[in-house]
Amino acid sequence: MPRNKEIKKVLVIGSGPIVIGQAAEFDYAGTQACRSLKEEGLEVVLLNSNPATIMTDKDIADKVYIEPLTVEVVEQLILKERPDSVLPTLGGQAALNLAMELDEKGFLRENHVRLIGTTAETIKKAEDRLEFKSTMEKIGEPCAASLVVETVEDGIAFAESIGYPVVLRPAYTLGGSGGGIANDRRQLVEILENGLRLSRVGQVLVERCIAGWKEIEYEVMRDAKGNCITVCNMENIDPVGVHTGDSIVVAPSQTLGDKEYQMLRTSALNIISELNITGGCNVQYALHPETFEYCVIEVNPRVSRSSALASKATGYPIAKVAAKIALGYTLDEIKNAVTKKTYASFEPMLDYCVVKIPRLPFDKFISARRTLTTQMKATGEVMSICDNFEGALMKAIRSLEQHVDSLMSYDFSHLSREDLMEELKVVDDQRIWRIAEAIRRGVSYEAIHEITKIDIWFIDKIAVLVEMELALKGCAPRIASGRASLDPELLREAKRLEFPDSVIAGLTGLTERKVHDLRHAYGITAAYKMVDTCAAEFAAETPYYYSVFGRENEVEKTSGKKKVLVLGSGPIRIGQGIEFDFCSVHCTWAFAKEGYETIIVNNNPETVSTDFDIADKLYFEPLTPEDVESIVDLEKPDGAVVQFGGQTAIKLTEALMKMGVPILGTKAEDVDAAEDRELFDEILEKCQIPRPTGGTVFTAKEAKEVANRLGYPVLVRPSYVLGGQGMQIAINDHDIDEFIGIINRIAQDHPILVDKYLQGKEIEVDAVCDGTDILIPGIMEHIERAGIHSGDSISVYPAKSISEKTKRTIEEYTRRLAQSLHVIGLINIQFIVCGEDVYVIEVNPRSSRTVPYISKVTGIPIVPLATKVIIGHKIRELGYTPGLQPEADYFAVKMPVFSFEKIRGADISLGPEMKSTGECLGIAKTFDEALYKAFLGAGIKLPKFSNMIMTVRDEDKAEAVEIGKRFEKIGYKIFATAGTAEALKNAGVKAIAVNKIEQSTPNLMDLILGHKIDLVIDTPPQGAEHAKDGFVIRRNAIETGVNVLTAIDTAKALITSLENTSIQKLTLVDIARI
Amino acid sequence: MKAFLILEDGTVFAGTSIGSTKDIISEIVFNTSMTGYLEVLTDPSYAGQAVVMTYPLIGNYGITPDMESKKAWPDGYIVRELSRVASNFRCEGNLQDFLIEQDITGIADVDTRALTKILREKGTMNGMITTNVNYNLEEILPKLKAYKVGDVVSEVTCTESYTLDGEGPRVALMDFGAKNNIIKSLHQRGCRVTVYPAGTSAEEIILTNPDGIMLSNGPGDPETNVSVIEEIRKLSNTDIPIFAICLGHQLMALAHGAKTYKLKYGHRGGNHPVKDLADGRVYISSQNHGYAVDYNTMDPSVAEEAFVNVNDGTNEGLSYIGKNIFTVQFHPEACPGPQDSGYLFDRFMDMMTAERKEQKNA
Repeated sequence: MPRNKEIKKVLVIGSGPIVIGQAAEFDYAGTQACRSLKEEGLEVVLLNSNPATIMTDKDIADKVYIEPLTVEVVEQLILKERPDSVLPTLGGQAALNLAMELDEKGFLRENHVRLIGTTAETIKKAEDRLEFKSTMEKIGEPCAASLVVETVEDGIAFAESIGYPVVLRPAYTLGGSGGGIANDRRQLVEILENGLRLSRVGQVLVERCIAGWKEIEYEVMRDAKGNCITVCNMENIDPVGVHTGDSIVVAPSQTLGDKEYQMLRTSALNIISELNITGGCNVQYALHPETFEYCVIEVNPRVSRSSALASKATGYPIAKVAAKIALGYTLDEIKNAVTKKTYASFEPMLDYCVVKIPRLPFDKFISARRTLTTQMKATGEVMSICDNFEGALMKAIRSLEQHVDSLMSYDFSHLSREDLMEELKVVDDQRIWRIAEAIRRGVSYEAIHEITKIDIWFIDKIAVLVEMELALKGCAPRIASGRASLDPELLREAKRLEFPDSVIAGLTGLTERKVHDLRHAYGITAAYKMVDTCAAEFAAETPYYYSVFGRENEVEKTSGKKKVLVLGSGPIRIGQGIEFDFCSVHCTWAFAKEGYETIIVNNNPETVSTDFDIADKLYFEPLTPEDVESIVDLEKPDGAVVQFGGQTAIKLTEALMKMGVPILGTKAEDVDAAEDRELFDEILEKCQIPRPTGGTVFTAKEAKEVANRLGYPVLVRPSYVLGGQGMQIAINDHDIDEFIGIINRIAQDHPILVDKYLQGKEIEVDAVCDGTDILIPGIMEHIERAGIHSGDSISVYPAKSISEKTKRTIEEYTRRLAQSLHVIGLINIQFIVCGEDVYVIEVNPRSSRTVPYISKVTGIPIVPLATKVIIGHKIRELGYTPGLQPEADYFAVKMPVFSFEKIRGADISLGPEMKSTGECLGIAKTFDEALYKAFLGAGIKLPKFSNMIMTVRDEDKAEAVEIGKRFEKIGYKIFATAGTAEALKNAGVKAIAVNKIEQSTPNLMDLILGHKIDLVIDTPPQGAEHAKDGFVIRRNAIETGVNVLTAIDTAKALITSLENTSIQKLTLVDIARI
Repeated sequence: MKAFLILEDGTVFAGTSIGSTKDIISEIVFNTSMTGYLEVLTDPSYAGQAVVMTYPLIGNYGITPDMESKKAWPDGYIVRELSRVASNFRCEGNLQDFLIEQDITGIADVDTRALTKILREKGTMNGMITTNVNYNLEEILPKLKAYKVGDVVSEVTCTESYTLDGEGPRVALMDFGAKNNIIKSLHQRGCRVTVYPAGTSAEEIILTNPDGIMLSNGPGDPETNVSVIEEIRKLSNTDIPIFAICLGHQLMALAHGAKTYKLKYGHRGGNHPVKDLADGRVYISSQNHGYAVDYNTMDPSVAEEAFVNVNDGTNEGLSYIGKNIFTVQFHPEACPGPQDSGYLFDRFMDMMTAERKEQKNA
């Protein structure tokens, strides 16, 4: 079927801010789809509230709206742009839900707009628990015994009829929000109440617990003619009970025979056919480990995180093909872009093994429960490819960048055997390390399987790795005594299993260098194989590679053009998100335009940078010095760029220099100078730029000396970190002890910084410097006062409350700093402004989180500019006037978005350590409207009940009173804890005092759990002694879906936007025209 | 123990011996299926060949009761890595022991991707697996070049006919090396299936007055089966509905004057798209063939093309005009591979029922 010619203008809806359960994979899918639509000559209108995405670039779509993802906005946009079609299946659950609402309202029909990709009827059949179940029953596909309930009472009755444990799944939520396993009535009530509230339709599925079964997924494609294929199947190493997003996953399945494989494949095709899906779809199964019994767990009628993983695992571009299918093409008409010989209607065959490991945020949320459940907690993931499972697992482990490089990285050797056996029951992110320890202790495979339900095959693979550890360790005495060197065959096998040189060195007692040299002497070096979708059956041209040891290299030597190595940013984590992928991709494109051959190294399957047609060559590899060196040895690049890949890439600078690879742009020693306290102080002094006073320390004792000399409060943080990890405000010696203790849990190569904490306005700039001139696209101002991490602050462009003089000072300081640090490329500087005084608090001679945002709102493409500057062009010759650029005549507000409801036990109060997972943008002619849009985009839509709770620390009381007055004026009823209530009452606000939670009912908790509260304003006291009470309030509020603000400035901003109701009729801005 | 795979072009892969240690010379072909190694090993169509599995991890779920015939047929078995444990609830043993028991010479730790690329570029070629460290290429290469897959159908077909009872249509199945699941697919649909050795005459079969005839898959070069082709021609002159798979499909085409030819490296795997030309639908099929029917040599008034391969356009099925005969190159019985084209057995059932009715009415 040729393309439907009636489709001329398509609205593509993105997935909004990055949250747990909905991350960069939708930027990847959306970007691929938009390119695929444009390739067909269609006009593409894009809507997404997330400014950090590549899909919201003007080169990706014809019209780009970075606006809140609400029904009203989509309606308004459709009326303004008049697209004939809406494609909602590429923007995750967010886009799908919007499309459903529009359809249910009849808006699409009235305006003659069709949904393409998949029909509303199909979406409903797949997503609505009741309809899904009856559809499955109709075609004889088994589901676990289940019932959709709308009340807690019904849930209890059903659970008790099928018996505990039961699984609870709220309808229409993403990442399994609000779901869980209940083992008894008490747990059932707790999870069910919460789930009913979070579900868009107030429904929760109560289901027979199939925990412990094998969890298998199929990625399926279908066209309008009914042709269907499976792209890939995947097996979760963690059996049912852990969300697939939090599971270690292998592709293809390893423990299924052809009978099971085909049984489930046929089932998946039957389901996609019955649901009449046109496009991509994901079907999840639970398979009984001892029989052929299976249950369909879930169907996602859209591209998903799993489909991104399947695309990268196989090379089959699911989103691109899904977009073409939406236009009417059939699978046999779409060329396989990888082989260029075969068609999309064939099934990829792998001749390698893929392992995905989730990146969990427990390093950020120390207080959080590490337990993995059916509610997803991972912020990102890594993928690795190898020709053996053990090697793929080892590569994935070291790709995580969580100080892990082997199965010895978490030490459980201190546990007694009894304790270890007990701990094997714990399902968390360290489970495979515990299994390794159990194997070291000689626990049988069967015993481990009995407890964990993990298949024996995987347990044996862990055992293979443990045996290799022991074999290497066994060589140590002979090596130490000089009687023997490392046996080449053993070394060869260790490398085949992907033991890094550093780990081999640690086990054998050799130095890493020695292992490296031995390896080269024996000819044990990495070879690269191609991902070609077809197991070498057809010649493929797409240069997408993975490393193996002990096999023939198939990477073709390229020469002629200058070659540049672009280092990616690894897994998405809090503090290092999709922004850096945006920078890496734009940098790659800019180098290509300048005639370079581009090579990307990255390991994140969710991103655009690891799409097969972004760079000339893609190496899907861990970003460690050894892995990069193997690529360098082969490719011999003319230079490497590290300034766009976040801290991951920056960390490789030294190693790259040792390999003799020139660092393009700012030199490594200058990067160091910005991080090294003493060197940096010298530079500041030379430039005559003030900074908060401080000192460098290694121990708590030294820290306390510095702190007392400066006077509390002080800011404590390790150097060389991103996202303010480990950064805290200390108000007394006790805090210092605690914070330094936390920082020093991981051995620090670099000193800890202790600075005087200044409370002023926080200002941020990104600038391009060519060595002489600088270009500042704009100055951004944070709404929250200094002390809250810049990534968690609301950021406003252009800065609106600093004087022209201050702006000039900032421009001048930026110039001096960039010049003194010999910056070639990007620099990011954070300032504190107190009155007219400007202090520098942080300088990063690299790209930053705000780069995509400032590029989009100013229309200045700073990554391509910086790349050109790195190549040697000058700002002036590129057509720009150096210095601070003229301010725009509109405002842009970047709002952080959090995923606190997903991480049980995480403290949500904001501070110097970053906690947000994503961001959204509000852009408008007036500041108030921009702010309103930003809040709307972040999902804060008030009022519902017009009830709020205030509980603020003493130093905020004066300001809190003002805020209380304003909320009261717009009709809010204010509940407050005793102190706050008194302050409010004294100022004439009718506050209702309520008991704290440890006091008798009715107390704060009853109010929150009573679900009649819109908003909690809770500013916790600074320091480590965060009131326990406040913590519990905040957690409960978040988990029941109540908005919580922990900074007084954020509260002020919110009331400002609520007061101004005239702005609530939004004006939509096409940023492609900026 | 070390083992070597020596190809006709002089390429040598060193690896580890698995299974039997006897030297073998065979035609080396690759299969891209990711599951179903046991079905592949017991598919009689691999007689006279040594199989390379492109998927690197083989033997993971051990030996299950999924054999497609009574024994393993390939001369040799070439894998990247043989799993040291076998894990599956139906597992009855491991692949290593099975290869020894079946006396199949195998080699592991081979760079199977590099090997597959050679076969893809240069075409299927002969090779030798040996554990002799002191092999002499000069002696071996002429032997490899001289090797020809002989008359293998006679080796794999059953020696005597046998019957599986059923209440439905009576099917005569010509066994050229039939996979169990062909028989099973008919039997499960209620057929009474009588399996005949390849050498059975047309007369003998016609005499039993079957409701349908099934021509099975099988190994080797179709053109060498001269007498079988002649019998098939006779069968096709009756009104009895005939369904043929793989070798059966090729033999029927040869019986009608078309030609077959050897593909460069064959189709072996479970991911090949075939298009049903009647309605344009595409199905993912299980395939295992080194030869194909050249449709250009078929008289279009005799048979029309029913299926084609979406990737390379080769013929995948024929429908004989004015006759109750349809034949396919791929494997609707799957095992291993996708079950998407299983509906073709239903089509055959319908043909038989319709023909029966017609006869009754007549």
